[in-house]
Amino acid sequence: MSELTNKEIGEKNCCNLIEIKGLNKWYGDFHALKEIDLNVKEGEIIVVCGPSGSGKSTLIRCVNFLEKFQEGSIVVDGTELTDDVKKIRQIRSEVSMVFQHFNLFPHLSIINNLTLAPIWVHNETKQEAKEKALKLLDRVGIKDQAEKYPNQLSGGQQQRVAIARALCTSPKIMLFDEPTSALDPEMIAEVLDVMIELAKEGITMVCVTHEMGFAKKVADRVIFMDEGQVIEQNTPDKFFGSPESERLQLFLDQILTQ
Amino acid sequence: MAIYSLKETKQPPESKTKAFLWLKDNLFSSISNAALTFIALYVIYLLLPPILNWTIFDANFDLTADNQSCGREGACWSFVNANLKMFIYGFYPQEELWRVNTMFGLIAALVVFGSLIKKSQYRAHYIIGSFLIYPVVAFVLLYGGLGLEIVETDKWGGLTLTVVVAAIGIIASFPLGILLALGRQSEMRVVKFISVVYIEFVRGVPLITILFMASVVLPLFFSAGMDFDKLLRAVIGITLFQTAYIAEVIRGGLQAIPKGQYEAADAVGLSFIQKTMFVILPQALKISIPNIVGSFIALFKDTTLLLIIGLFDMLAIVGAASSNSNWLGRETEGYVFVAMVIWVILYSMSRYSKRLEVRFSTEHK
Repeated sequence: MSELTNKEIGEKNCCNLIEIKGLNKWYGDFHALKEIDLNVKEGEIIVVCGPSGSGKSTLIRCVNFLEKFQEGSIVVDGTELTDDVKKIRQIRSEVSMVFQHFNLFPHLSIINNLTLAPIWVHNETKQEAKEKALKLLDRVGIKDQAEKYPNQLSGGQQQRVAIARALCTSPKIMLFDEPTSALDPEMIAEVLDVMIELAKEGITMVCVTHEMGFAKKVADRVIFMDEGQVIEQNTPDKFFGSPESERLQLFLDQILTQ
Repeated sequence: MAIYSLKETKQPPESKTKAFLWLKDNLFSSISNAALTFIALYVIYLLLPPILNWTIFDANFDLTADNQSCGREGACWSFVNANLKMFIYGFYPQEELWRVNTMFGLIAALVVFGSLIKKSQYRAHYIIGSFLIYPVVAFVLLYGGLGLEIVETDKWGGLTLTVVVAAIGIIASFPLGILLALGRQSEMRVVKFISVVYIEFVRGVPLITILFMASVVLPLFFSAGMDFDKLLRAVIGITLFQTAYIAEVIRGGLQAIPKGQYEAADAVGLSFIQKTMFVILPQALKISIPNIVGSFIALFKDTTLLLIIGLFDMLAIVGAASSNSNWLGRETEGYVFVAMVIWVILYSMSRYSKRLEVRFSTEHK
């Protein structure tokens, strides 16, 4: 149902924070993303799912230019992504990312992981940055670990620190790249809880995830990708209730009958 | 189906602290292990007594004895005593020796003071300040100027020369090596090309060749009046040589940093320099500590090659001292002494590297 306009799918009608038009990306000869068109509105929660290798991670990594793309355009909050380093840094200061493997800085304590970017990118004083960081750590429930190092925490705690780090720069958009895929099963819930809280607060989120419960609960729109293309997008109810394409039906059968 | 109650936590079984069990486990656990133990003991039995006899039991510790009264069955330590000043200061003028002592004393004081203010917030300023100011002070003390009499570098020698050359080589090659390693990783093709060519060229040439180039060939390119100091040329040669090795060691560290670290640093918006300074280099250097120190130890030992271009480092000065007709045939004592001094210095470096590794470890704090 990619022909549906955004108006018909989402209830929110305000400005587009992310506009992706005709995006094509190749890894060598491999066509990883094919003609992607996607708009994300302010405050929207989008879940992207699909089989592995379908290009969903590549897509969101293009948004903060961790991946270069060859064709098409991405406009984030009015700024078009080009090779211009200044523009890339500006966009990155508005877009935060949470990674599958947390990617915390192991040589820095938790609190310094959080304050690094605010101090050096956003020119906050150490004091300001630290106060804000402690508040965020409190919000994700690990304020008492602030002086520890990442390797001393469990996977779930590390991912919550990573979310707090991403929030530290007061981003407009949060990108989640399979945030729960590397976690032990009993730790997934604590991370999802934090993400659900975030979603309710109205921040714009694009999540690549296989947590369908999360998608049903908070997503405004769910996008299904396969072989580098958007196959189907819809509201969660319709997406899960009446999937239209055969591939999506097959995919849902596979992951829901596990 | 069964339900199991939780088991109690117990202490581990008593460890084998008794000497007999330790011996059995570690030295005689199998027939081949026992055989190796006996062979090792036999080798020690063969080697240790003669060494101890020569250095201690048959040696003459009378520090005023001359070559004749010393005797020939053991070491004559008065040779070392008589030439100690030469071993340490080379041919530095007697009345100016206080300058060398001040230089060494100053660095010791700086290190001690630095360890006293470990907790201070100004420690970083102190260290950087010391690194900038001390070399200037040390140079003025050693060479002269500002009212001090000039002591030409051909008078420098012994331990002083060894330490000065090694220290300059270490301090200068470290930042240069970092830049070169980053250059080799760079996406800018020209920078990368130049770095690769430099590293591979220097690593493909023996240090002796570089020292010869610096002392013999290089002056040919200068017009007669422009000849500059031989020691300076040697130090530049050693530094350029060491830089290539340090660069490769640090590149190894850089390659061990997971891609995710670069991405996370990019994603939070750090610039290239910030990313390198705060995220990548601290981790890469931490991994590289043992190899960096290993490389510095090699450099320290390489300073003995200065002999070839006519500079008298600590090892070379023993030869000079023992060719004195009063002390013929006593070079062994000198070399043993020098070996011990160098061993103490290098072993300290090695221990210090271990301590740094522990200090920077964030695994189990």
